[in-house]
Amino acid sequence: MDAKNIKVAGFGGQGVMMFGQILAYSATKDNINGLWFPSYGPETRGGTANCSVIVSDKQINSPVFKNADHLVAFNLPSLVKFEEHMAENGLILYNSSSIDDQKSKENVLVVGVPINDIANELGNIKVANMVMMGAYLQLTKLFSDETIEAIIKKILGERKADLVEINKQAIIAGKEYVKKLGVKYA
Amino acid sequence: MWETKYEKTQGLTDKKLSYCPGCAHGIIHKLVAETLVELGILDRSIAIASVGCSVFSYEFFNCDAQQAPHGRACALATGIKRVLPENIVFTYQGDGDLASIGIAETIHAANRGENITVIFINNAIYGMTGGQMAPTSLIGQKTTTSQDGRDQAHHGSPIKISEMFATIDGVAYLERVAAYDPKHVIKAKSAIKKAFQYQIANKGFTMVEVVSTCPVNWGMKPVDAMKWSKEAMEPVFPLGVFKDKGEK
Amino acid sequence: MAKVLMKGNEAIALAAIKGGVDAFYGYPITPQNEVPEYLSKHLLDAGKVFLQAESEVSAINMVYGAAGAGKRVMTSSSSPGIALKQEGISYIAGAELPCLIVSVMRGGPGLGSIQPSQGDYYQATRGGGNGDYHLIVFAPESIQETIDVIKESFDIADYYRNPVMVLVDGLIGQMMESVDFDRPVKERFLPEKDWATTGTKNHPGRRNVANSLYLDPQALEQHNIHLNEKYKLIKKNETRFELINFDNPEYIIVAYGTMARIARSAIEMLKKEGIEVSMIRPISLFPYPEIAFDKIPENVKGILTCELSMGQMLDDVLIANNGRHKVGFFGRAGGMLPDPEEIVDAIKNFNERVVK
Repeated sequence: MDAKNIKVAGFGGQGVMMFGQILAYSATKDNINGLWFPSYGPETRGGTANCSVIVSDKQINSPVFKNADHLVAFNLPSLVKFEEHMAENGLILYNSSSIDDQKSKENVLVVGVPINDIANELGNIKVANMVMMGAYLQLTKLFSDETIEAIIKKILGERKADLVEINKQAIIAGKEYVKKLGVKYA
Repeated sequence: MWETKYEKTQGLTDKKLSYCPGCAHGIIHKLVAETLVELGILDRSIAIASVGCSVFSYEFFNCDAQQAPHGRACALATGIKRVLPENIVFTYQGDGDLASIGIAETIHAANRGENITVIFINNAIYGMTGGQMAPTSLIGQKTTTSQDGRDQAHHGSPIKISEMFATIDGVAYLERVAAYDPKHVIKAKSAIKKAFQYQIANKGFTMVEVVSTCPVNWGMKPVDAMKWSKEAMEPVFPLGVFKDKGEK
Repeated sequence: MAKVLMKGNEAIALAAIKGGVDAFYGYPITPQNEVPEYLSKHLLDAGKVFLQAESEVSAINMVYGAAGAGKRVMTSSSSPGIALKQEGISYIAGAELPCLIVSVMRGGPGLGSIQPSQGDYYQATRGGGNGDYHLIVFAPESIQETIDVIKESFDIADYYRNPVMVLVDGLIGQMMESVDFDRPVKERFLPEKDWATTGTKNHPGRRNVANSLYLDPQALEQHNIHLNEKYKLIKKNETRFELINFDNPEYIIVAYGTMARIARSAIEMLKKEGIEVSMIRPISLFPYPEIAFDKIPENVKGILTCELSMGQMLDDVLIANNGRHKVGFFGRAGGMLPDPEEIVDAIKNFNERVVK
């Protein structure tokens, strides 16, 4: 597996940092290398919270990357800020509950998922980020359901164990949405 | 037939004291050293020497010692006492070291109730550096940096450490004593002893402020200096127990 | 043990516990706060000492006291906080006491920023404290290397009776990586701390004094000579560096810490374009790996020093290079991190980067 450079961005409170950390935790659990870090430099301006994640089965060199393989954008400012910095054969996942429909670009697959609507249907807007996670995993196949579930259980801990189920449902719903769209990302 | 009437305490080394004639440092060193011996704690004591005339006190107290940066004695003492709680840890500091540059370290050590003893020598002047104004210098007192006398409007008033520290919860015992006559020296000794007894009993922060002398930088003969510490200093720095949490 | 994902600052704290730390004294400052936060819980739970001091000045002097008492003791801080600790660091070096100082660099000067920087290279290697002294300074490039070096640092400090500084930038403090805490540490014979101030009952017949005062100039000169002999020994034994892609290079990059990792990616990109670039990655900043520069082939076109500063390690590169090759510089500062492409560009336009 080549190293994957992943940018996750959105408003504070949308679970952006957690989304990124789950990927890094999953990599670690699968015995490959994960790296996560919060926004830096000029990225800290402009009202978006974002983080960088790198997963790789080799040693991770630069923690900083210019172009992302995957961009997960939870709001419009994030999409605008980062969509110009995509690698060849990149993937942009965006929140189509709050962003108008976007077209795919040359060499970049662009997929919208109405994560707020799906999460609301499930009865908990807070799991919108896990709907996005389901869609992301369905497309990238980076981590197995078992790995993600183990990490979510670990993060929620005993105190919030009752929330594991709704998070799992959100991931399934995200996966199902992408399956129905019929898009594939190799 | 010879009979030993007086012996130098084992609490002091044989090193010749570096203090000036008429300075009370020598007396107070003796009182502290005797106390450590009498309480049987000399071999588990660690002295913290500060910066000022008493910088070499690590050569005089016959126990382990550390020499602190200017003002930081209570920080060192905290660092040591926290890792060696069975040892007796005390600082020996002048007014420049404690009341000026080291006021923060001292206040916070007191406020945490660090189980250490502070011997605070207040002679209202910087001795080692040659007679500059101290935070405890009296109004009107002439020093090399207040040549027309300390002016309240310009320099502020002498800082009253014991009064201030009496307000701090972590302080277990606090007394201001003097060293200008035998009666007061005896009283100073009992205050110092009590402070160390409180430390042995883990009661918290203890401090003894000693109104002392500096004949050289005050420009006085030793006898006049003793007199000045009584007549000029004592009214500003009244003696007495400012805090005593009690034996229990 | 399996790898775990951990934030750099927390990893620093756990590595210190694994390294046997007895006491931590510190004062809050961003971006290193997770170090004391983690230790405030786990060190106290382990029955050791954690104390939040009233200032950095006080914290480093608490370290002085506890180090003099023979314990394994540490503090951590960031740039302006390390500036405040310089007084105590000089005294600790002068009194030859072992301790660990972790410096998580942020932008400066002054209050600067809370973003990653390498602007404290001078502060770490030249010191802001007074007098002829050196810290042993390690600058790891990853959280894993930070863990490994911190676990070893108490042994090194004890062995030489000298403070060790582990210097990282704020990115290493704030990021998370997959790490292993159980990698082996080099075994060292450590002499008993018979100099510690633990009370004369523990060493009858001898008073132990922690002190840096020598009013007699002859005595102080002897002390300075003794310290210098120690620094020479440290230079001989503890110089650390890594040579990367050292095979017929056109250019040499010299970089440490996060900048070295960014440069690693740049070197791979350049390789794909047929440009061979090697890297000297200093791991110890004092002692500086001057000997690595003797390995540079004669025909290289130049040495590019890369730093997250306006050029501080550059001085040591110029000293180590000693006029043999052209030396250039590329730096970003203030919390700005370059992407690897910027270093690729700097190599391609090396002539515009030449300093000397």
